[in-house]
Amino acid sequence: METTTAVNTSAWSYELLPQEPDTLQMRLAGDWRLQSGIPHVETLVSQIDSSPKLQSLNFDSQQLNSWDTALVVFLRNFIHNIQARGIHADLSGLPAGVQRLLNLAETAPSRGRDDEMFEKDSLLNHVGETTLEFWYGAPKALNFIGDCGIALFNTLRGRVRFRRVDLGLLLQGAGPQALPIVSLISFLVGLILAYMGAAQLAMFGAQIYIADLVGIGMVREIGALMTGVIIAGRTGAAYAAEIGTMQVNEEIDALKTFGISPIDFLVVPRLLALVLMIPLLTLYADLVGILAGLAVAVTIFDISAFEYYVQTLRTMEMSHVLVGLSKAVVYGICIAIASCLRGIQCGRSSAAVGQATTSAVVTSIVFIVITASIMTIIYQKLGI
Amino acid sequence: MQQVAIAPQVNNAHIEVCDLTAAYGDYIVQQYLNFSIQRGDIFIIMGGSGCGKSTILRHLIGLQEPAKGEVFINQVNFSHAPHNQQEQIKRSFGVLFQSGALFSAMTVAENIALPLSEYSILSKSDIRDVVDYKLALVGLAGCADLYPAEISGGMRKRAALARAMALDPEILFFDEPSAGLDPVSSRRLDELILELNASLGTTIVVVTHELASIFAIGNNSIFLDAEAKTMIASGNPRQLKNECPDERVRAFLNRGEL
Ligand SMILES: Nc1ncnc2c1ncn2[C@@H]1O[C@H](COP(=O)(O)OP(=O)(O)O)[C@@H](O)[C@H]1O
Ligand SMILES: [Mg+2]
Repeated sequence: METTTAVNTSAWSYELLPQEPDTLQMRLAGDWRLQSGIPHVETLVSQIDSSPKLQSLNFDSQQLNSWDTALVVFLRNFIHNIQARGIHADLSGLPAGVQRLLNLAETAPSRGRDDEMFEKDSLLNHVGETTLEFWYGAPKALNFIGDCGIALFNTLRGRVRFRRVDLGLLLQGAGPQALPIVSLISFLVGLILAYMGAAQLAMFGAQIYIADLVGIGMVREIGALMTGVIIAGRTGAAYAAEIGTMQVNEEIDALKTFGISPIDFLVVPRLLALVLMIPLLTLYADLVGILAGLAVAVTIFDISAFEYYVQTLRTMEMSHVLVGLSKAVVYGICIAIASCLRGIQCGRSSAAVGQATTSAVVTSIVFIVITASIMTIIYQKLGI
Repeated sequence: MQQVAIAPQVNNAHIEVCDLTAAYGDYIVQQYLNFSIQRGDIFIIMGGSGCGKSTILRHLIGLQEPAKGEVFINQVNFSHAPHNQQEQIKRSFGVLFQSGALFSAMTVAENIALPLSEYSILSKSDIRDVVDYKLALVGLAGCADLYPAEISGGMRKRAALARAMALDPEILFFDEPSAGLDPVSSRRLDELILELNASLGTTIVVVTHELASIFAIGNNSIFLDAEAKTMIASGNPRQLKNECPDERVRAFLNRGEL
């Protein structure tokens, strides 16, 4: 090999010089600092591949000014490559510190799991793992729901295993503290409902039926649905994050070793809090929505407040209210179970807490939408 | 596998582990484990980090089920006991987790009162007295009404110890008690462990890799190895230090004197 290669930047530079037919010397010079980047070894390696007789390689670092990890990483990469081609690397020409660091990285035992044969991110692997996760996850979730049922039953029979203080705080967090956001959303939804409906009804001169539309719409469906979605995002997420953090912190394990079931101690009070509070919030949301409808009717469609009031009373039946409340209770159960389940299944890292929270909200909303549809259909068929 | 003889006094062992395999899914952490812990022992589970010490501890306290094999507590098959009996046995345990695991939503006093109010017929003021006494034992008398986030790491460990001791357990488990503690606090914790063992006869199981603690408190031990995936020595750590035929164990136990 007759050619010599020299690569120069303002900072680092290296040069490959043939010494004997089968020996090559690498001359290192300049400043090898991380802030000026690390040279790629690919070009060097392809050059070495083009001289098949090469037996050994040595280094000369007399021109080397200063170095840090940049040089060590470059050399480690390069040496691995040439050793893989059966070429001997003679490190004696390198600064003593570099030699020691290179040796240290070679001798420190690195342990990895030997059972990860598949590429972690291959599509097929991903599909397989997700399917398996679902397959093994479903029975666990059912188990959890069953345990919650039993624990709730025991609590209602008077075997209270959680601290009443906790329940008080949870009730306060899930109920009164959610009033502002529930007010805002249900007022806007009532407004939109009234406005959209009235625009259509006005074509038939039937504006007065805004009261029916808004009243029944809010009370039967939308009040509970909006409250459910708000609470899923607000309180459900908080539950998942809180329980997940307790899992990370080994607090759940500590509870178990006291013989206290996390379901009795953590899930039941949350379940109770939501089952009690979501119906109350729903009633409140219904009222706010109807008031929004009233506001639209009075200001835009010239209906008097009294007329609106009478029309609302005429169409409203107890059964509508009960239908809405029954949905609210079911949403409460869905949110509590989904969030607590995700929290308890949380892994032991901060990323896992994030995933648990996300997944709690998504699962809650999916369950809410599914149960909403099912219950609406059932009530329609039953004619309630 | 090299084993230094353990006297097989199987009949009155407090904890007995038979052919235990610990695994996460298909990934085996440790296997072929056989050892017994006598009543009143201070038993050390040692080994490098990541070799599965905490995992084995979680098996001993019933937080994880063995992939294979059994754990006997007081000659009762704990691993395969019905749920009720497992809960019963667990009540004789006290556990100090690696991070302390205090309930962050409760004050130190409430943390310690929790197990007491769960399982006893004590009145509120009795509980308060017991809590005060346990806190005084661990040197935290003034901290009863602070939250875990408001005290230092070492104090958290001691508060967690007070909670673990709340019900005067027959067996106390410690996961890395001295992790994150300064040498003085760590010495004090060791002395406390010795004191508990001497005065109450509590059986104590400690997971650790701190040489100072191992020699100061341990009178029996096993050594777990990550590569071999099993125990490579067992016996009194002070004897193992010089007499263990296994090079790795001697290197580990003599590493301070290189
Ligand atoms: N939840 C888990 N899932 C999968 N593997 C785990 C889990 N926890 C620990 N491991 C693995 O088990 C091995 C032993 O962990 P651990 O018992 O925590 O070790 P030690 O306490 O001795 O440091 C490690 O290799 C670790 O990666
Ligand atoms: Mg550990």
